[in-house]
Amino acid sequence: MSILVIAEHDNSALKAATLNTVAAAARLGGDIHVLLAGSGCGAAAAAAAQLAGVSKVKVADAACYADMSAENMSTLVVAQAAGYSHILAPSTSFGKNLAPRVAALLDVAQISDIIEVVSADTFVRPIYAGNALATVQSVDAVKVITVRTTAFDPVGQGGSAAVESIAAGADQGLSKLVGRELTKSARPELGAAGTIVSGGRGLGNGENYHKLLEPLADKLGAALGASRAAVDAGFVPNDYQVGQTGKIVAPQLYIAIGISGAIQHLAGMKDSKVIVAINKDPDAPIFQVADYGLVGDLFQLVPELTAAL
Amino acid sequence: MKVLVPVKRVIDYNVKVRVKADGTDVDLANVKMSMNPFDEIAVEEAVRMKEGGKATEVVVVSCGATACQETLRAALALGADRAILVESDVALQPLAVAKLLKAVVAKEAPGMVVCGKQAIDDDSNQVGQMLAALLGWPQATFASKVTLGDNNVTVTREIDGGLETLELKLPAVVTTDLRLNEPRYATLPNIMKAKKKPLETLKPDALGVDVTPRLKTLKVAEPPKRAGGVKVADVAQLVDKLKNEAKVLG
Ligand SMILES: Cc1cc2nc3c(=O)[nH]c(=O)nc-3n(C[C@H](O)[C@H](O)[C@H](O)COP(=O)(O)OP(=O)(O)OC[C@H]3O[C@@H](n4cnc5c(N)ncnc54)[C@H](O)[C@@H]3O)c2cc1C
Ligand SMILES: Nc1ncnc2c1ncn2[C@@H]1O[C@H](COP(=O)(O)O)[C@@H](O)[C@H]1O
Repeated sequence: MSILVIAEHDNSALKAATLNTVAAAARLGGDIHVLLAGSGCGAAAAAAAQLAGVSKVKVADAACYADMSAENMSTLVVAQAAGYSHILAPSTSFGKNLAPRVAALLDVAQISDIIEVVSADTFVRPIYAGNALATVQSVDAVKVITVRTTAFDPVGQGGSAAVESIAAGADQGLSKLVGRELTKSARPELGAAGTIVSGGRGLGNGENYHKLLEPLADKLGAALGASRAAVDAGFVPNDYQVGQTGKIVAPQLYIAIGISGAIQHLAGMKDSKVIVAINKDPDAPIFQVADYGLVGDLFQLVPELTAAL
Repeated sequence: MKVLVPVKRVIDYNVKVRVKADGTDVDLANVKMSMNPFDEIAVEEAVRMKEGGKATEVVVVSCGATACQETLRAALALGADRAILVESDVALQPLAVAKLLKAVVAKEAPGMVVCGKQAIDDDSNQVGQMLAALLGWPQATFASKVTLGDNNVTVTREIDGGLETLELKLPAVVTTDLRLNEPRYATLPNIMKAKKKPLETLKPDALGVDVTPRLKTLKVAEPPKRAGGVKVADVAQLVDKLKNEAKVLG
């Protein structure tokens, strides 16, 4: 059995999600190959070759993969698919964009966001915003899967895989990248952070969000997150959103401040190891999942907490 | 240009589902059903294209049981012109839906398909991408801004690191994210008018599509419950607990 993991990277380095995806592949058992497509992506390929458990890295280095479009990437993956029983990608915006396209071209189902490998053809995945866990069995010859990164601890280093160049496909010419506006931050990446300070509508506005939460996050070395309401209201950019339809996180410590705890928000953070909630409403649903709830005015409590650390 | 909008009938987003005692599925008996929220956003976007003179007709399509007619009527009340029900009692999985939609696209020849990014019941996030693949069309998932040109569409996408803007050749598939627009509410007169708009019913067989499921659900279980609900008196106690009980602070 051979497994193909699609690497997510920015040409110079692997994204952390790739390490979790390789970990899920290791649960399947079998030979693990990584497919890495990009432009000037030698450094990322070298990093992939060092991942524990990886035996081969296939690299397509060409201009048509510079933007990593789903159109060009999917035809490349399909051209390489022969011989693999499983094709895995992380359940990130990159993987979710790509994997269904690959599956459809192979005429197989795609299994989204798995949290457990039961056997080579059977997987557990959350449905209904994580309010139910479905165990599903695939009858397809090839299983195209996206992996919930928080459910699999990242693999370490220590591998020494062979790096092999593969032929690039033709540019489909269907879409073109106009530009990217990436949020710059010195803080840890939300998906991989050990501690997250997350703010909701209760903060009132973006200025309060930053004034109150940044000093706390600084003290804790934390990433910043938010509820949908805080993003919709423009307090912070879209990539801060935690939840069913945002990012799924599971840090050691998640501090929810002025967040009510709607099911869609809980779906994104309820697997955190320790949850702290600060909310003035003692009946807010967030308290039902919080290990430690602090009832009161966040404008008073957050600076107090920051000072106490 | 005609715009096709696939809409799914799902459990209302305010309802917390329960797993059936026998562990076969979730319990949807007597549960409020609504249009998938992302599909409302898709209908709204298409209707705005028509109102802005960019689209000529908005056709909505739903695949599933007869009850999907309600969802289609709701979409017609938001301003869609015409509806298609692809009626099937089989539980349709994303690949089957994408194939049915491909067949509808072949009949209708839209210039663009606007889907939701994700159905909030199965949380698959697949159909739009699969449809684009089957059609050989470009795709722009997770759209927060859509600007139509003559032969292309410019789409800003919400991605993990921030935003990305793509220019796609038409025809294309776009999937909606939360911040694309705020859908309107249907007014009573529009709900009345919607009842008279055309609704056509098709069958998967007639479309030549095999909808046999590829995934078998072996079991549906409740997730492990968190033992939450503990309140602390003040900041000092919180810090103490985090340090000495949870040991998550140094
Ligand atoms: C299709 C769909 C997808 C969605 N996806 C997501 C998602 O991915 N992530 C997500 O988060 N949401 C999502 N939502 C939205 C979700 O349903 C809620 O509307 C949202 O999470 C609410 O955000 P909030 O808790 O910040 O705001 P609110 O619910 O308004 O809560 C604000 C809280 O702040 C508290 N508060 C106010 N002032 C103070 C103060 N001075 N001190 C202390 N506490 C205070 C209040 O008591 C209240 O509990 C989605 C909704 C839909 C329909
Ligand atoms: N049965 C269906 N009928 C019509 N459209 C659907 C159906 N299932 C999914 N879709 C469309 O595909 C989108 C993504 O769904 P999914 O891939 O299932 O998460 C939805 O938001 C709808 O626009």
